[in-house]
Amino acid sequence: MTWVGQRVARKEDLPLVTGTGLYVPDLKLTGTLEVAFVRSPHAHARITALDTAEALQAEGVVCVLTGPEIRGKVRPMVLDQEAAPPGLETAEPEIHPATIEILADGEVRHVGQAVAAVVADSRYRAEDAAELVRVDYEELPAAIDPQKRDNPIVFENVPGNVQARYRIRVGDADAALAGAAHRLALNVRSQRVTAAPMETRGVLASTVGEETNVWSSTQIPWWVRNAIAGSLGIPQRLVRVQIPHMGGGFGLKVNVYPEEVLITYLSRLLQRPVRWVEDRVEHLIASGHARDQLHHVEAAFEDDGRITAVRDRFVLDSGVACPYPLSSAYNVASHFRSMYAIPHFAIDGECVLTHKMFNLPYRGAGRPEAAFVMDRVMNAVAQELGLDPADVIRRNLIPDEAQPYSMRMPYRDGHEVVYDARGFPAAFERLLELIGYEEHRRSPRPGRGIGLGTYVEGTGVGPFESGQLQLDSEGRVVVYSGCAPHGQGLETTMSQVVADAFGLTPEAVVFKAGDTALMPFGAGTFASRSVVTAGAAIIESSNRLLNRIKAIAGELMEMAPEDLEVGEGMVRARGVPTRGVSLKEVFRASSPGPGARLPAGMDAGTTETFYWVPPTVTWGFGVVGAVVQVDPETGVVKVEKLVMLHDCGRVINPLIVEGQVEGGLLQGVGATLYEEVVYDAAGQPRATTFLDYLLPTSAEVPEIVQESLEGAPSERNPLGVKGVGESGPIAPPAAIANAIIDALRPLNVQLNELPLTPPKVLAAIEQARA
Amino acid sequence: MTLADFLRGELGLTGTHLGCEHGVCGACTVLIDGASARSCLTLAVQAAGHEVTTIEGLGTPENPHPLMRAFSEMHGLQCGFCTPGFIVSAFEYLREHPQPNREEMRRDLSGNICRCTGYVKIFASIERAAELMSS
Repeated sequence: MTWVGQRVARKEDLPLVTGTGLYVPDLKLTGTLEVAFVRSPHAHARITALDTAEALQAEGVVCVLTGPEIRGKVRPMVLDQEAAPPGLETAEPEIHPATIEILADGEVRHVGQAVAAVVADSRYRAEDAAELVRVDYEELPAAIDPQKRDNPIVFENVPGNVQARYRIRVGDADAALAGAAHRLALNVRSQRVTAAPMETRGVLASTVGEETNVWSSTQIPWWVRNAIAGSLGIPQRLVRVQIPHMGGGFGLKVNVYPEEVLITYLSRLLQRPVRWVEDRVEHLIASGHARDQLHHVEAAFEDDGRITAVRDRFVLDSGVACPYPLSSAYNVASHFRSMYAIPHFAIDGECVLTHKMFNLPYRGAGRPEAAFVMDRVMNAVAQELGLDPADVIRRNLIPDEAQPYSMRMPYRDGHEVVYDARGFPAAFERLLELIGYEEHRRSPRPGRGIGLGTYVEGTGVGPFESGQLQLDSEGRVVVYSGCAPHGQGLETTMSQVVADAFGLTPEAVVFKAGDTALMPFGAGTFASRSVVTAGAAIIESSNRLLNRIKAIAGELMEMAPEDLEVGEGMVRARGVPTRGVSLKEVFRASSPGPGARLPAGMDAGTTETFYWVPPTVTWGFGVVGAVVQVDPETGVVKVEKLVMLHDCGRVINPLIVEGQVEGGLLQGVGATLYEEVVYDAAGQPRATTFLDYLLPTSAEVPEIVQESLEGAPSERNPLGVKGVGESGPIAPPAAIANAIIDALRPLNVQLNELPLTPPKVLAAIEQARA
Repeated sequence: MTLADFLRGELGLTGTHLGCEHGVCGACTVLIDGASARSCLTLAVQAAGHEVTTIEGLGTPENPHPLMRAFSEMHGLQCGFCTPGFIVSAFEYLREHPQPNREEMRRDLSGNICRCTGYVKIFASIERAAELMSS
């Protein structure tokens, strides 16, 4: 039996469905102190007085910390984790490090910034005492609109508030536009949203002597450890970071946060367990936001709809920091032209600081924004020429004979973007068939529209990922990895992979990840990368362990390792299945000391490690069709159906892939129709509860049809896989917007600003009528 | 003290999760005298003299409720954070509607937010649980 490719139910589920899982808020350590934060009510202000005396007197309060009190002891984080790599020179990147302060010191730079931390014996008491901390502010002019060039400076090290910028030139877009048969220009906006995982952030730290254990709801335990150590000026070995069960991340937990540093510091200072669990109001103002890009795009095209050039200029509203400018902003450039052969391309991107919460790469990370612009352009070209949008897309698709196709620009890892996928036209035709496109065009129904979207996705990005395998005393295979699963089902999928390599069942594989004590190096789970990168590291270390097992068994059996095979917990002589030793015996023989039966020169133990450094990303792609029903009187849009075809290479577990796609698509629906982190002109956040920040519920779920294309397996990793986690939310915004436009024909409506709320749809209708 | 904090802190029943603490997300759903309630918006004292059922009362790892088995079998969860609240709501729904249909479920379960699954496999899980419970 081969396990890869099977719909295996997840190994991780039993504690989660029975309520016996342990998330950060569920962990219990004797004497744990709880923390509440005093946060800034202003976008930008000077702190003129800060008095904690009364709070310190409150019942149960152990300690109150402010910015001035930790000065020199806890350094602000200066994040330059996305400095431009070699190969990216042609993009002329200019990147300044992002500064993230631990507690405000003298000045606050966004609503929700932590000003003081109150530590008490219960959260109730900590919150009560937090209200007794007196802070006087002198309000200062704030940078709110990133388009303005005379904004106050947010950080002195970032001149003009431009934290990052880059430019890409492929061919000569200026000349192509100047000499074009047709041209159009659009302003396209992807709004500020937030990932809103159902578990907010949370940190628990416990210190014994010099060593601190940190449990954090994070996607990047190793980076959190390194940042904490750096900020506190202590060796990394004194901090162990692990994730217990974790309630989602979607990119929001891919940054190191001030609270992770401060809670660790407090635990070391007080020599007690200290915990902070974010509440939802804090989450919506003090956990990373995302997207928030305004594009000005121009396109040149021929009479038949073929696009010859695209020129785009965009500004990403970073808030106080854009810690991942390449992911959030450069991904826009490298995914912009999607599945299309557009010879001339120019793009200029800027990440501009404002006095808002910082901007992180949320699921899709630049790709949904790019895809929204590109496929709005496709549809607008069709509108302009009076053509069928499907024909326009068709005429621009990269044909199979042109694959592997180079986009003639570098990816963010510095390597040239060359698609290792094919079958774009076939996938597109299949989409039209599945969604009933021709029939809809022949006999459209009032208010019903179909819209189309496409995407490509570079997946499995570096820098690296780790895998370590060993046997245990029961003859099981124990797998460690530097990834940090939190819902993706990696325990199951990686167990399937290892089960096949060793001829075991997934139950006989033990998988552990997300704990810095497991191995010295790890990265984490984000960017559609874990199955690709951790999978490759694990399969390579599997091969090494198989060789080691055969060598040790060969010693026990007095046979050559090449004549042995491993399966069902045994090592057997090839062709002589009665002769063999068990993996338990191999484990015993590998032990150090007198019991060892190791081949000459082999170290004791069975541990094998591999660090996978990907050659570059591997490219998935997909197409999405949306069927909507629009009420032109109210502007209300109902998404009736979404069809998605996607290539994620070889599929390890179809059940899990389907789940990723379904969840991703619905996040795409949310971002298209409902969700927006609103700041007013003074920098006050206006969506601070789930009553205002609207997530899709079960009532909003459309019928979802999906097919996995399973083209050729990727040749860029040993498993032949491509990432799929982020694919769902990329194409729905364009597909749904285009479907609304289709539903409102013959009106020539333009919808270029997300979210497409009823008032916006109504305004677009009125504008088209005028 | 809220009922949720009492269950979680005083009784150590941490299967009841807190996702928003303002009554929208449904992660903290429990049954009070058999009817679903938001334990984040209920004071512990309000539950005095009433029967409160949490996820722990529906099944255990040794003896999981059919809903728990079905959620795993049909992949009705990813991160699992909303799952206990969802299962409690689904328990109430199936009690009232032993033969579930999707249109009803879409409406009746819209008080529980899941950010991971897109709900499709949650519907399938509840349908599967109904099968398991009727056989």
